[in-house]
Amino acid sequence: MRVPLSWLREYVDLPAGETGRDVAERLVRAGLEVETVEQLGADLKGPLVVGEVLSIEELSGFKKPIRHCFVNVGGANGTGEPQEIVCGATNFAVGDKVVVVLPGAVLPGPFPISARKTYGHTSAGMICSARELGMGDDHNGIIVLPPEYEPGTDAIELLQLVDEVLDIAVTPDRGYCLSMRGVAREAATAYGLPLADPALLDVPPANSFGYLVKVDDPAGCDRFVARTVVGVDPNAKSPIWLQRRLQKAGIRPISLAVDITNYVMLEVGQPLHAYDKQRVDGPITVRRAAEGETLTTLDGVERKLAAEDLLICDNSGPIGLAGVMGGASTEILDPAAGPGTTEVIIEAAHFDPVSVARTAKRHKLPSEASKRFERGVDPEAARAAAQRAVDLLVLIAGGTAEAGVTDIAAPHPVRTITIAADLPDRVAGTAYGRETVTRRLQEIGCSVAGADVLEVTPPTWRPDLTDPYDLAEEVIRLEGYDNVPARMPNVPPGKGLTEAQRIHRRIGVALAGAGYVEVNNYPFLGEAAFEALGLEPDDRRRRTVKLVNPLNDEEPSLRTTLLPGLLGALRRNIGRGNTDLAIYETGTVFLPKDELSVAPRPAVDHRPSDEELAALDAALPDQPRRVAVALAGERLPSGWWGKGDQASWADAVEAARTVARAAGVELTVRQGQRAPWHPGRCAELVVAGTDRVVGHAGELHPRVVKALGLPARTAAMEVDIDLLTADGPQKVNGPAVSGFPVATQDVALIVDAAVPAAEVEAALRSGAGELLEAIRLFDVFTGEQVGEGKKSLAYALRFRAADRTLTADEATAAREAAVAEAVSRTGAVLRGA
Amino acid sequence: MSAPNKSYDPVEVEALKPEVVEQARDEAVAAFAAATTLDELKQAKVAHTGDRSALSLANREIGALPPHAKAAAGKLIGQARGAVNQALAKRQGELEAERDARVLVEEAVDVTLPYDRTPRGARHPLTTLAERIEDTFVAMGYQVAEGPEVEAEWLNFDALNLGPDHPARSMQDTFFVQAPDGSADSGVVLRTQTSPVQARTLLDREPPVYVVCPGRVYRTDELDATHTPVFRQVEGLAVDEGITFADLKGTIEVLVEKLIGGGLELRWRPSYFPFTEPSAEIDLQCFVCRGESVGNPDRPCRTCSSEGWIELGGCGVVNPRVLVACGVDPNRYSGFAFGLGLERILMNRHNVADMRDMVEGDVRFTLPFGMEI
Repeated sequence: MRVPLSWLREYVDLPAGETGRDVAERLVRAGLEVETVEQLGADLKGPLVVGEVLSIEELSGFKKPIRHCFVNVGGANGTGEPQEIVCGATNFAVGDKVVVVLPGAVLPGPFPISARKTYGHTSAGMICSARELGMGDDHNGIIVLPPEYEPGTDAIELLQLVDEVLDIAVTPDRGYCLSMRGVAREAATAYGLPLADPALLDVPPANSFGYLVKVDDPAGCDRFVARTVVGVDPNAKSPIWLQRRLQKAGIRPISLAVDITNYVMLEVGQPLHAYDKQRVDGPITVRRAAEGETLTTLDGVERKLAAEDLLICDNSGPIGLAGVMGGASTEILDPAAGPGTTEVIIEAAHFDPVSVARTAKRHKLPSEASKRFERGVDPEAARAAAQRAVDLLVLIAGGTAEAGVTDIAAPHPVRTITIAADLPDRVAGTAYGRETVTRRLQEIGCSVAGADVLEVTPPTWRPDLTDPYDLAEEVIRLEGYDNVPARMPNVPPGKGLTEAQRIHRRIGVALAGAGYVEVNNYPFLGEAAFEALGLEPDDRRRRTVKLVNPLNDEEPSLRTTLLPGLLGALRRNIGRGNTDLAIYETGTVFLPKDELSVAPRPAVDHRPSDEELAALDAALPDQPRRVAVALAGERLPSGWWGKGDQASWADAVEAARTVARAAGVELTVRQGQRAPWHPGRCAELVVAGTDRVVGHAGELHPRVVKALGLPARTAAMEVDIDLLTADGPQKVNGPAVSGFPVATQDVALIVDAAVPAAEVEAALRSGAGELLEAIRLFDVFTGEQVGEGKKSLAYALRFRAADRTLTADEATAAREAAVAEAVSRTGAVLRGA
Repeated sequence: MSAPNKSYDPVEVEALKPEVVEQARDEAVAAFAAATTLDELKQAKVAHTGDRSALSLANREIGALPPHAKAAAGKLIGQARGAVNQALAKRQGELEAERDARVLVEEAVDVTLPYDRTPRGARHPLTTLAERIEDTFVAMGYQVAEGPEVEAEWLNFDALNLGPDHPARSMQDTFFVQAPDGSADSGVVLRTQTSPVQARTLLDREPPVYVVCPGRVYRTDELDATHTPVFRQVEGLAVDEGITFADLKGTIEVLVEKLIGGGLELRWRPSYFPFTEPSAEIDLQCFVCRGESVGNPDRPCRTCSSEGWIELGGCGVVNPRVLVACGVDPNRYSGFAFGLGLERILMNRHNVADMRDMVEGDVRFTLPFGMEI
């Protein structure tokens, strides 16, 4: 809602010195969100005056029509002589009154005006268009004024070019503030001043000879006021003041009748519609649409109507979408295109907010009218609004108001709210007292009765006030939120973070400590991502949660893996010249359940049953938390100290171990096969001692690397944190540290190249028994000496006993037992044996 | 060697003559002093204190002396050897110190060589900012609660007093999830706010409830410098007996002081949220210009766009209808709730000009934030 300060002052006698900013600050504290205070004409400087065109000489030989004019500007130029002006517009004639800016003036821009030579003549000023004066975006040439103004009259004043406009974002509960009347009421309360209510008009009572209206759906339309004006001058134009107020409020002037309906809507908040009475065929009926009906709305679009749409009809069928937009067939006629409208029906009705909202949404037709009806219009303002429109038509267009007054009103129960007088005190945590509460409620238009318990009848323009808390809020806001004291609640002792929350933090800290940088990617993706990853057609990850209205039609799905987003971030970084990268992401993926269902919508007047709550959750996808890393380039940089290390599959596996360690879980690594990883360089990550696969790590498949435009040997890991930690926290028992000396023995084993090192190590551990303190693979060797298809694995074994110094024989026996186990499990051969 | 002989006069033994002993001593001391390297000193040591040295040989003669002469001779030799050893130790010390000084100088390196061999990592500032806020509340006794990002419409809207035709429902541009039949009637959305976690918490636990709920939320905005369709909120909820707007104000004041610093004015603007009543928007006095840029084109302020205030978030007293829908008795309990947008706080607190930097994952943006903010 755009509120010109000059207009606001018509209803509230604000102190003369108050600026728009001052008023805005007060309104903000009362709960109106004033987004900007526009300073109209702030950089405008005169002389800007009314001129009378005395002569026009059409110049030829130029690319466009150019006029050399003499204009009478009265005494405004200091000489009284006609002002010589060259003008590029052609929409004026000799004798027209125009707006002239004289040398020395500054137009909005700022654009200083001076006399200059152009097209072979002197141009001492300009004849102005609305756009040049900052009045609006009208491109229809220069302004031609009504003839009654004297040359030399100050046009800044005449056109009300200097003003301040408050742009207010009205919240959905304050529909009444979509009008000058509502904003003025708030301003009056904020300043403690009286309000001149524009809806307080003398209105003749309803009678039986008004325009015939039949309401078939009183639930959809509980009020319908119709008035008629005849003998309207079709050529009458909106006066400057009316046009200017509309322009400042952001509405383009169109024609007198339409301008008046818009003006009254802005003034009192009641949307109006004007019909050309001679084009309406018989009585007006308000009813729901029949299936298959159509209506061409004012914007020229033919709309297929749905059975729920509420319509205004005549004998010919629909002539308007109730509360949303009128129809083209009964539109006010432009006199320029034929005989203009001389008889007008004014409609001021009240429609069901939900019905209007649905129709506006269904036809994607949010209008000034629907915006107001959706948020609630004062049903009692209809009569006054219609009267105001009639008055203006009569005043400006010389019409005659017909005596008939149609007013169909469904009975309105009086809404009374019972509120404990101390409820505002208890909500705010401060003591207002009953008198203050009563006074504040009266200020917003409520009638209040009672003492400790108040019976409050809210005003008709506040349909949002329905329960005691609504009233408490009004009191607290008007008393000022800033005046509520600050206090701390007595919070009972807390339990701190949960184990899962602590683990999530530790994982992040551990990965960052290991040199990974966190990224957060959008979870949106599409088929292309799965293709790039080389997923099989039946890969479970292709089963996604899909959005009805994705941001990008190519990416309608929610991620089932973190990798596409992460690899995208990797590529983005590489594209920006960051070549050595290690990044990580944690977040949820979205996995549709096997059984898909629709979430119910339980009632809200009590707690849903456990079954209903279970059904809500059953309709949601599984949303486990994952962590993933991606690496490319050098993991350890080269430098003056020597060569670095390229990131490899091993770093990805180590990242998984880092995550597992942070979670207090031990991982076992197995050879794996899974897209998008390299089939020979993919580790399957299993929780030690179980068969639970929690993720994969390794080098990406070369085809994937190529498809995504990533560097060769790019590596990645993804682990499901929820699966990883499913067993809950594992308690560590403190080991007894032996003080006896260590006995170290090395062993080299030759095995088939395909035998996993992890199996050899597991066999050695198991064979060595409890004397084994630690085992470390210190060399892997392939070559002629070990034979084709074989590899040599060299281990250092550390033996130690808890209670004695081991003898060389004991250590050797343990080593031999370890080797024997490795031989029997893996076919290993002791090297050199 | 001669056998013990009582009649033997010790003076007769040449090697034990005081002048001979003194001469041997002086020669040894002089030789040590003359040594210029540790090797030379080692040779001098062998020559003057070894088995074949004059003093060692003289010492052996003592055994053959008559008992009454042994003491005097022993004292003579002992003193001489003491002086020799002392001189040796002194010289040894001097020469070692000289050597050390020389070698350590030779071993000096340029310690200003850059050593960035260990890759640096960092956590995203939005993550650590959320943790900082969580920690502030955990310290007050709150729990951290989480909920799903794909959420039932009922929990995201209806339970929060946003009925199917509520105008505020179109205010938030919602991503709808496809139903099994491909339609939009799944009853499931990407949550537009972290508030459904409040509802879940109230459905789950008996009051008193004091929780803070961080998380990602979704709205159908296009990404630009000040908007992102996926962003983060932290929501707080307190439901207990006797909770008031005053408790909300006190709590937010503590949070602002911990998060941004003290001495800044807060502005509480009445606003509208269906799930709270009364509702407020909290504005923080711009901590850069402190309001001095307002209406002052000569001193524009980028942080607050010269408005003097920075929007922190929305809050209010929990609407009793929400309590009812979640099975909490509104006659016994009341509550407050607040929600903060983390991106905006990060922009303000750390002078981030463009929100896109927070979502694109450029490591150059994240690295300077390190592990904590």
